[in-house]
Amino acid sequence: MTSSSSLSASSSFPQSSTSSAVVAARKSIRLGQALTVLALVALAAHYVRAIQYTPIEATQGLAQKIFYVHVPAAWSAFLAFGILGVCSALFLWLHDRRLDLFAEASAEVGTVLTLIVLTTGPLWGKPIWGTWWQWEVRLTSTLFLFFLMVGYLTLRRSIFDPLERARYSAVVGILGAMLVPFIHLSVYMFRTIHPKPVILNPEGPTLPGSMLSTLLEGVAIMTVMYLGLVLVRYGIGRLQDEKEARHAAQG
Amino acid sequence: MAALVFAALILVIFNFARDPTVLRAQDLAPSALWVTITFASVTALNRAFAVELDHGALDGLLLAPVGREAIYLGKLLGNLLFTGLVQAITIPLFVLFFNLDLHGTLPAILLLAFLATVGFTAVGTVFSALTARVQFNELMLPVLLLPFMVPPLIGAAQVTSKLLAGRPLADSAGWLQILVTYDIVFLTLSVLVFPAVLDE
Repeated sequence: MTSSSSLSASSSFPQSSTSSAVVAARKSIRLGQALTVLALVALAAHYVRAIQYTPIEATQGLAQKIFYVHVPAAWSAFLAFGILGVCSALFLWLHDRRLDLFAEASAEVGTVLTLIVLTTGPLWGKPIWGTWWQWEVRLTSTLFLFFLMVGYLTLRRSIFDPLERARYSAVVGILGAMLVPFIHLSVYMFRTIHPKPVILNPEGPTLPGSMLSTLLEGVAIMTVMYLGLVLVRYGIGRLQDEKEARHAAQG
Repeated sequence: MAALVFAALILVIFNFARDPTVLRAQDLAPSALWVTITFASVTALNRAFAVELDHGALDGLLLAPVGREAIYLGKLLGNLLFTGLVQAITIPLFVLFFNLDLHGTLPAILLLAFLATVGFTAVGTVFSALTARVQFNELMLPVLLLPFMVPPLIGAAQVTSKLLAGRPLADSAGWLQILVTYDIVFLTLSVLVFPAVLDE
């Protein structure tokens, strides 16, 4: 972020579109940083609330506390993947480079969030299920979310032409987003032992009020954190993009 | 040709990777069949666009007065023929090596093989065009495509084990519905997104 001054100084051909893109990128980074800091502070408070002020679950005991991190992270990971799919589809339609950069940012942040889900899940699974890993629907879907996003990012890194990269990765993004429901369904028919959803189930929330509000607070915080990190990453992506374009223009 | 030998070798390896005193060949048969078909198909798809790139044939195809969709469907048909050929070799070898009696269930297995192959070959055709010009493409295609083989693979292996246990195909209606839906969704999507891969 500190290299921004040298970037603007080196632009010997001031073009209004270029400089406005740089300004927009910096604005996005600043907003993202503010949101991330806000989310981090809120997350610290959320931990205190979850551990100290939310009742201990009767059968699972303290192990259940991880739920207040695990579920919000899972929600944001799937949100990240959904946005990756939507941005990819919109890119192929509108051909706006910003959609491609936003999809990339979402995939990177989503990969981190998926890793949070995949580490907190087994930590809970060991004491409660007696095993670190189970071939269960949501576990498997999340694992494939991880594989798909890593595949997406690996592909991006092996293509050098920005336009080709944008088109190819959008194709992978769309197909990947459509794949997740199928993996979910087929693993579900394979077998499942994951706890039933406690909020979005047909009979309404089964979670006691205080636990529910702590969980929803976590979901809100993780969503803000996702947005913050994505905006920072998106801004950096745009700056890189401008830099590449300038290099290309200068030969 | 290499893909066919490759498929035969995987089947042989599967047989030796099994402890014959613990696991009956029939218990391992469905997974052996589908893992073999999956990997042999990836190997085949890896080469699918190499021919076009080698001699600039792709540029010729693009100049031809046909839509990108037609090029896609042509490539898909070719790839389906090839994966079909892989299966035509794999299934008899599978019967032979695993000492199975497919009498009566063969038509059901062939239908299943077709339903399970169309969807991922559709996606695989798009991905093979896309990775053909990318670095490390031999690795890139499996990394991208193997997740797409999971739903058909689970379904096909489940239905195969039911068929081998002597249950009729009608018992697996749920799986067949998933396979058909998967095929329709990914065939349609692949036709729609393929032009984006060829845009120059």
